[in-house]
Amino acid sequence: MSLSVALFYAFAAFTVVTAAGVAFSRNIVYSAFSLMGTLFGVAALYVFLAADFVAAAQVLVYIGGILVLILFAVMLTHRIADVQVSNRSVGRLPALVLVAGVALVMGRAVLRTAWPVAPALAEAPSTYAVGNQLLGPYVLPFELASFVLLSVLVGAIVVSRKELRSGRD
Amino acid sequence: MEGIGLTHFLVVGLVVFALGLYTVLTRRNAIGILMGIELILNAANINYVAFGRYAGVAADGQVFAIFVIMLAAAEAVIGLAVVLGIYQNFESIDVEATDALRY
Repeated sequence: MSLSVALFYAFAAFTVVTAAGVAFSRNIVYSAFSLMGTLFGVAALYVFLAADFVAAAQVLVYIGGILVLILFAVMLTHRIADVQVSNRSVGRLPALVLVAGVALVMGRAVLRTAWPVAPALAEAPSTYAVGNQLLGPYVLPFELASFVLLSVLVGAIVVSRKELRSGRD
Repeated sequence: MEGIGLTHFLVVGLVVFALGLYTVLTRRNAIGILMGIELILNAANINYVAFGRYAGVAADGQVFAIFVIMLAAAEAVIGLAVVLGIYQNFESIDVEATDALRY
């Protein structure tokens, strides 16, 4: 087993274990930090798929942005020391049965299908190809993305500000 | 990288998806549910990039993954703004306590 294969299994196991930490941890702060591990592991898997730009975007956007935001929300909303309040989970058994069923069906689909596999591309830097795709065939979704981000910016401010009506005070 | 194929990545994606689905189904904390959604989106992203790599099309899978990351950021921002708004009104973000549209 070569080094890269061993590293792949190590990162895959790390991703799965930390994802399990998100799902089963009894304290929501631990869940949030486990989520950080999962996001790092997924970024490492992107590197194995020769997707360096996506890996960098994953670290910057998910860990630098979304995870910090989630941690802020956790800290702002909770008596975080109180386990029962902070991360109560109900209906474990039915959920487990349902998830096992879904995973079984999907696992069969994954393992039984003969996926057509093209010969692997050379592991070149992916930014050139991604940039060409974004400004070529995908330019309309790209522009729509900027519009979505602008409306999210405005929407988040509108939703989270305090209401100040002139009639009330 | 001999020995690592498409199926390996699909299995990792499947496990992460299953754990995310379990999180969404069992958590009663709105932020916990958002974390489960992030897990599910990451699982989908692994599949996008893996299929893109092994199907031999240059960067389509990666472009889709970038759009998913962008939408995940947007979803997290709006979701957490809504959660903070709920917390201001209900003093709780337990989704079973917040069953009234008007407070």
